[in-house]
Parts: sequence; C-alpha cells; structure tokens
Amino acid sequence: MNSSVIIFPGSNCDRDMDVALKKFGFRNKMVWHDDDKLPKSDLIVLPGGFSYGDYLRCGSIAGKSKIIQSVIDFANSGGLVLGICNGFQILTETGLLKGVLQQNKNIEFICKNIFIKINNSENKFFSNIEKNVLELHIAHNEGNYFCSDDELKSLEDNNQIAAYYCTSDGKIDEKSNPNGAIKNIAGIFNEKKNILGMMPHPERMIDQYLSGEDGSVFFENLIRNLK
Amino acid sequence: MEVNEKIAVEHGLKPDEYQKICDLLKRVPNLTELGIFSAMWNEHCSYKSSRLHLKKLNTKGKKVIQGPGENAGVIDIGDDDAIVFKIESHNHPSFIEPYQGAATGVGGIMRDVFTMGARPIANLNSIHFGSTQHKKTKNLLRGVVKGIGGYGNCIGVPTIAGQTCFDQSYNGNILVNAMTLGLVNKNKIFYSKAAGINKPVIYVGSKTGRDGIHGASMASAIFDDKIEEKKPTVQVGDPFTEKLLLEACLELMSDKSIIAIQDMGAAGLTSSSIEMASKGNLGIELNLDKVPCREEKMTPYEIMLSESQERMLIVLENGKEDSAKKIFDKWNLDFAVIGKTTNSKNIELYFEKEKVANIPIKFLANEAPMYDRPWKKTKVPQKIKFSNNNFKKLKFNDVIKKMISNPNICSKQWIWEQYDHTVMGDTIQKPGGDAGVVRVHGTRKAVASSVDSSASYCYAHPFTGGKQVVCEAWRNLVSVGAEPIAITNCLNFGNPEKKENMGEFVECIDGINEASKYLNFPVVSGNVSFYNETKDKGIKPTPTIGGVGLLKDYENIISMNFKSKGNLVLAIGKTEGSIDQSVFAKVILDEKKGPPPEINLFNEKNNGETILKIINEKLALSVHDVSLGGIMIAALKMCIKGNKGVKFYKFKGLINIYQYFFSEDQGRYIIEVDKNNLKKVESILKKNSVHFDLLGETTDKEIIINDELTFTVDKVAEFYKGWLYKYMS
Repeated sequence: MNSSVIIFPGSNCDRDMDVALKKFGFRNKMVWHDDDKLPKSDLIVLPGGFSYGDYLRCGSIAGKSKIIQSVIDFANSGGLVLGICNGFQILTETGLLKGVLQQNKNIEFICKNIFIKINNSENKFFSNIEKNVLELHIAHNEGNYFCSDDELKSLEDNNQIAAYYCTSDGKIDEKSNPNGAIKNIAGIFNEKKNILGMMPHPERMIDQYLSGEDGSVFFENLIRNLK
Repeated sequence: MEVNEKIAVEHGLKPDEYQKICDLLKRVPNLTELGIFSAMWNEHCSYKSSRLHLKKLNTKGKKVIQGPGENAGVIDIGDDDAIVFKIESHNHPSFIEPYQGAATGVGGIMRDVFTMGARPIANLNSIHFGSTQHKKTKNLLRGVVKGIGGYGNCIGVPTIAGQTCFDQSYNGNILVNAMTLGLVNKNKIFYSKAAGINKPVIYVGSKTGRDGIHGASMASAIFDDKIEEKKPTVQVGDPFTEKLLLEACLELMSDKSIIAIQDMGAAGLTSSSIEMASKGNLGIELNLDKVPCREEKMTPYEIMLSESQERMLIVLENGKEDSAKKIFDKWNLDFAVIGKTTNSKNIELYFEKEKVANIPIKFLANEAPMYDRPWKKTKVPQKIKFSNNNFKKLKFNDVIKKMISNPNICSKQWIWEQYDHTVMGDTIQKPGGDAGVVRVHGTRKAVASSVDSSASYCYAHPFTGGKQVVCEAWRNLVSVGAEPIAITNCLNFGNPEKKENMGEFVECIDGINEASKYLNFPVVSGNVSFYNETKDKGIKPTPTIGGVGLLKDYENIISMNFKSKGNLVLAIGKTEGSIDQSVFAKVILDEKKGPPPEINLFNEKNNGETILKIINEKLALSVHDVSLGGIMIAALKMCIKGNKGVKFYKFKGLINIYQYFFSEDQGRYIIEVDKNNLKKVESILKKNSVHFDLLGETTDKEIIINDELTFTVDKVAEFYKGWLYKYMS
C-alpha cells in the first residue's frame, strides 16, 4: 500500500506519521506543500503540527497551499484522506469536512491520554476493528469541535461522526470530554466516509514503551482494510 | 550624540570601566561603539564576576566531546552518536513579561543546540516562583507555563521533565531556566570558531527589529519599582520561524558549506559576530545596510544591539552562497551576505557608506573586565534539637495530608499537561517521573535527563547545598536505570557586588565541583544569572543542575510506580533522621533554621551504583529516589503512580518515627522487590556494604502505618493531584 504524508512549513508530526505508516507496512512518501502533484497513493495523510505557525487561524493558510488542490481532487475522486490534529483543522478549512475546531474550553493546551468510542465502523478506516474503545493521545490547543445545529443534524443523519471522547469503558459523558467539543466529537467523516479528520494521535501510541498501543490497533486495521 | 561618562553609566557601565574603554581605544568611543562595549562587558555576556570561579569547575571526562565555552556542551553516547545540551536562564524577561520571556528562553536554548548541528530531541525546565500567597504568583505561573508550552509545542520538541518551586524569596524575581538536549553525529558537530580570510558572513532567519535592545544589560541589573518600563527590552518569540530556521540550518549542515555558525542570542549581532571572529583570531567587517530590518530607519546602534529572535550568523565557504540561499528561500527565510572575515582583527562596521565603528576585537573579548569580588563564607548553622515533645501531638493523617499537598511536593500535572511531551514518538518516561527519558531514534539507546535545585539547602549552607544538587541529579538518573554522564548548570544568584551573595556563589560552585569530581559527573555547559534582586532583596542561591544519562538498552528503563500488591518495599541507604531544613520541619514544625542534610559522597556513589546493579539484573520492580518529604512522601508517590497501597511494618528504630519517615537524609532510594528475589537483592546490597531497611509491602489500596489504616491511595492521590488544579482555577 502506498501512502503520502504532506509536509507544510510548521508540520511537526510528519516524521512520527512516517514512522508509524512504515511500521505497519505502508510504502510512505513525504510530499512538500509547494509541490503540485501527489505521488500515486492509496492514502493521503495531513499530519499534526502548527502549519504556518497557525498564526491566522489553525490550518487556514495550509488550506490554501499549492498541494491542497491535488488533495481535494484526490478526495473527491474517492481517495482515502486522513487528517490528524492540525490535519483535521486543515480539512475543515478546505471545506472537505464540516465544522470548525475552536480553542479548548479551558483555554489551555492539553497533552494527555484520552479514550474514544468508534461510532461508525462501516468504512475503510474502522471496519473490522477489534476494539470499539481506543486509548489514544491528544496534544492540542484548538480541538474543541463545533458546528451549527443543521450541520450537526446532517452529521448525525448521515452517520458521519467517526468517534466520541468517552470513559475507559466507553461511556460518553461530560467528564470524559477533554476540550469542550460539541457532543464529545473527536473525529468526523465526509459524507462518503473516505475522509477522516480526528484530533487524537494514533501515531504516538504504537509500541509498548510509549503511552499505549492502541494506535497500533488503528494502523493494523487500516492497512488490512486497504489490502 | 557625544559620548561621556554619564551616558556610559546609563548603559550599565561603571565609571572606571568607561575610563578603561577610553584608555584602550585611546579616544572616546562613538555611541554605536559604546553600545557594543556595554553589551560585551555586561555581566551576562562577559561573566566578569563569575569567570574566575567558573574556571575551577570540573569539565573533563572520558565522554566529554565539548565542555563549556561553545554554544552548548557535547557528550559521547557511543556509535558515533552525541548529545548536545545546555541549560540557560531567562529570569529577568520572564518576570516582566512572563509569556514572551519564557517562550524566548525556550527558543534561545534550542537555537544554542541546533547551532551545533544537533536536532533537539527533548526540552526540560526549572521554574521558581514566589510564595503561593503572593499576588503575582498565579499570573506569573500561568504566563510562564503558557510561554514554555507555546514555544516548545509549536516547534515539536517534547518537554519531558521539569521542576517547579515556590518560595517567597522569588516574590520579586522569578526564575525560568530552560534546557534542551539535541542529537548529533559526533563527526558532524558545528562550532562557532571562524577560520579563513575573506569568507562571506551570512545573516539568516527573521528580520531585525527594535525588540530586545539592551536585553542583556537588563539581565545584568537589579529590579526596582519602574520595572514595568523595561517591557520593550523583552524579546518577542516566533516559534514558527524558529521551526523553519531549524529545518533550514540542518539542511544546510548536511553538506560542507559552513565554516562557523553562531545564533544571535544575548546582545544579538554584536556578540555573535565578535564571538566568531574572536575564536578564530580574525577580524570581521559588516555592512549594516545589508542587514534585513523589520522596521524603518534603524540606526547602526539599534541594529547591533537588537535581540530580535530566530536569527543566525554563519561564516560560509566561498562560492557556497547560492546553494545556501536556495535552502533558505525554500523555507521562506531571509538570507543576506552582510560582510566578510578579515585579517584586521578588528570589528569594522559600515552604514550608508561610512565607517561607524572600528574596535579591536580583543578589547571586547579578552580585555573585558574580570573581577575577584569580595565574598563571605557561610558557617554551618547549628543543628536544631528536637525532642519527642515536638512530635507528640502529631497525627499521621494530618501530616500526610499537609505534606503531600504542599506546593513544593504536590503533583505538577497541571503544568506538564500543557506541554507536548509525546511528540517525536520516543518519550518513554514522561514528566512526573524521576527523570524524563527519550529514545535515541531508531536505536536501542535512550537518554535520561532531569533538572534539580535545592535553594533552601543552598541558602542554609551553600557548600553543602551545591554538593546536594549534583547528587540529586545523579540520583534521578540512576532511578530510571540510566548511567549518569554529565551535567549542565544554571547558576541563579543575587547581587555579586554584595559579599554575602558572592560568597553563596563561590561556595555553591565549590560544592558543585566537589560532587561533580567525586561522581565523575563533569559540567559541560552552563550559564550564570546574577542580579536576581528586587529592591535590595535577593533570591536564595539557586544553582540549577541539569543531568544527562544513558540507557544502553531502553528495555532496562524502570519507573517509580508500584507494580503489584504483595511485593516488598525496601529503603536503600541509611536514615539518620536529620530533619533540619526538611519540608517537614518547615511545614509541620514551623522550624526554618538548621543545616541542610549532610552529603556523604562515598555513600552517594556506592548506593547509586548498587541500585544500577540491581536494576540491570532485573531484580527491582520499581525505583524512586528519596528527596523532599523523605521516605514517606517517596513511598506515597510510588503508591499514587501505581495505584497501589503500602503497609509499613511496625517501626522499631531508635529515632522518632516522624524523623524516620520525613527526614531528608541523602543518598537514599526506595525499591519494590518481588518476595522471591529478596535474597538476591540482599546479597548484592550486603556485598556492596549498602545499608537497607525492610520497610513493608505493597497492598491493594490501603496505606497502613503502625497497623492502622491512614488513607486509601485514592484519597492520597486526590490530595497530591488536586492542590495545583485548585490553586490555578
């Protein structure tokens, strides 16, 4: 399987994603934001970080960068796109995903382990996944997902909510919501479910010496689904 | 403007120093030249009060590749890998503008590390604030933490460990010490020594603005009521640009274009250009019209003294300008050829076709003043006599609650959860452990690091305190299973012109030196911050020690959390029961006098090395060093982290039980051992003549002392974790 990770100026999880993708069997290429063509890929990843310093609004400048049109074309033709953290923010800025990511409710950067409950596993990302609740890691200042009532309704009606923040046993409650996201939303899909944006970082949880191993569960399942 | 003594004094120079400048030049300097002298001769850049004493430090060792004197120190960790590291203070700016002060402190130290060709792999910090009751403390803490996070998180370097201390002596002078570790191939280290004549001098990074002018001079002065007016001297950080600069510099370093490179830190273009030329025994000529400026009509004086961040000065090989420029264009950074190296041995500056400065470089570097300031020795304070009456009315439950939720002991999770500590995917011991540990990417090796200070001990007796901090750093590394290699020191002190403060400095250094020699734990880099004084009140002497150690195989890493119930808990090292200067004495008995705990370097080394043997033979399940709050607090932390309890066996010692549990005697550890392994562990301890006490055993949840349940671990965890969140909410 071929994957590509886009590097924007200020991306800082690009290497981590590269390491994770390769560990689970992807042939990964790094793509510079100023390129206009994507290599042949089965998966495009927009990694975490602070693209362009996130100085205007998180992800907004990256959402206008040269490579993005190719990413949009790739996504519109059904290609698989994954945006993690800043990547999720960029996807909302391009309009490929609905809603916005606001500053965390406690107005502080949060770096810690959290749990997410997978809400829809009828898609390439999560089908056949062996665990319904994953322990992943978040590290962000703007992860507080928000959208209008109409958008929320359509997300729910089309089953586009990918995952909710929850307790270790899968209960979705206010206490397990780390950043104030509406309805505890941790990640969403587009209508066709070929684009996934989520705040948690699976690439930081890929061996027993790190904060956990549920990232491995995510990647192993993903590559299995793509084969 | 005509320069005279009054203007020189306004620049922070002393009248006799100004006279020396005139004598050296055989003329009156112009304003730009005076600015350059004041920047190079201030305490921050010239180390004029400390140089004499710093020379004494133990800086040599088998694994030392580069000691003090470069941008950072370098140690060998085998297989051509080397670790570049340094700690630096950003105290004065952080008090005036906590967010930017702390942020640019982190940015500055990272630049020092990647200037040498190393990719930063970990950040640490040691921060000291005033009393928790003081009205400024909360906002300063919030601002500093946000600043450290804002910079490090954006760059994408994990913040893996730190230290936070509250004490009223920092009410008017907080301390922000930032440390960075970087990884480099030992054959590809870059230095700041220029070589060769007519080599192009290149300016890269951000544009120069008016921020931070005279920042280094501010850092060399004491504070008064008008401190708010100094805000414009605080630099503004731009971590995004630094991230680009980091990537661009490392890209340029992959070939052989660079002769010398130096970041523009304190005193900006002035000190970077002079340092490179001085080390190479060369002259340097700069055309200031070529310097990329952010603001209009900047004068030579302003350009030379600006401390705008995220800038580097490079001496390049001839003919490499175009290929180098391409890299900086790719990263959208300024790149300008602003001058060349010369054989004049002078710094010569041109602006609008006129020569605006011409100073022999040796006057600025070698001829800078050096003082042997008078200092006063501190006597060892008398021991406080405690009797059983002091302890009679105490109840364990009350004492535990008070101690574990004490600001200097409680969990700092509120702080480190705001730092990205997992980016780069190699953090295998996150903050909250004895030391942070990151893997050396793609290898079996891992690097451990911690920062420590013990201002109360240093205040009570600087010599003992100085020794103690080094030992504490050593112990923290041992506790995660790492072999300690070297240290960096950040020496935060009051006014060196006062003999008490100068005495504290001299004796702390002597203490650091003695321990560093004995433990073969050399100092490879560091920084001095004097004048931490407001309105005549200085801080407690606070040498901060950053230690670095190596795990040859990260599988041998060990953590402090109790692993399961029914295991034995051992206290390693002798408990004498000295509680003078302990948190217990201060918080519970309200006794602040007395000497710090004694340091026995033989025991320190022997105990540490024996612990490492036990760890490497995989006989310990968890290890934690005993520090503030003594055995009791150390054991409770192990309970909290592992979500287990502990049953202490009935106490049979000769000293009072409170003295036993809360004394801060040095060189001690607590380890958890499987019952089946006790014999093996005992035999190693006995063979090495290491004293140990069998303390008790781990339980499911209950913390039992004298056969009585005190608390469950959940309750103690609540006290431990809750205090700082409550304070900050």
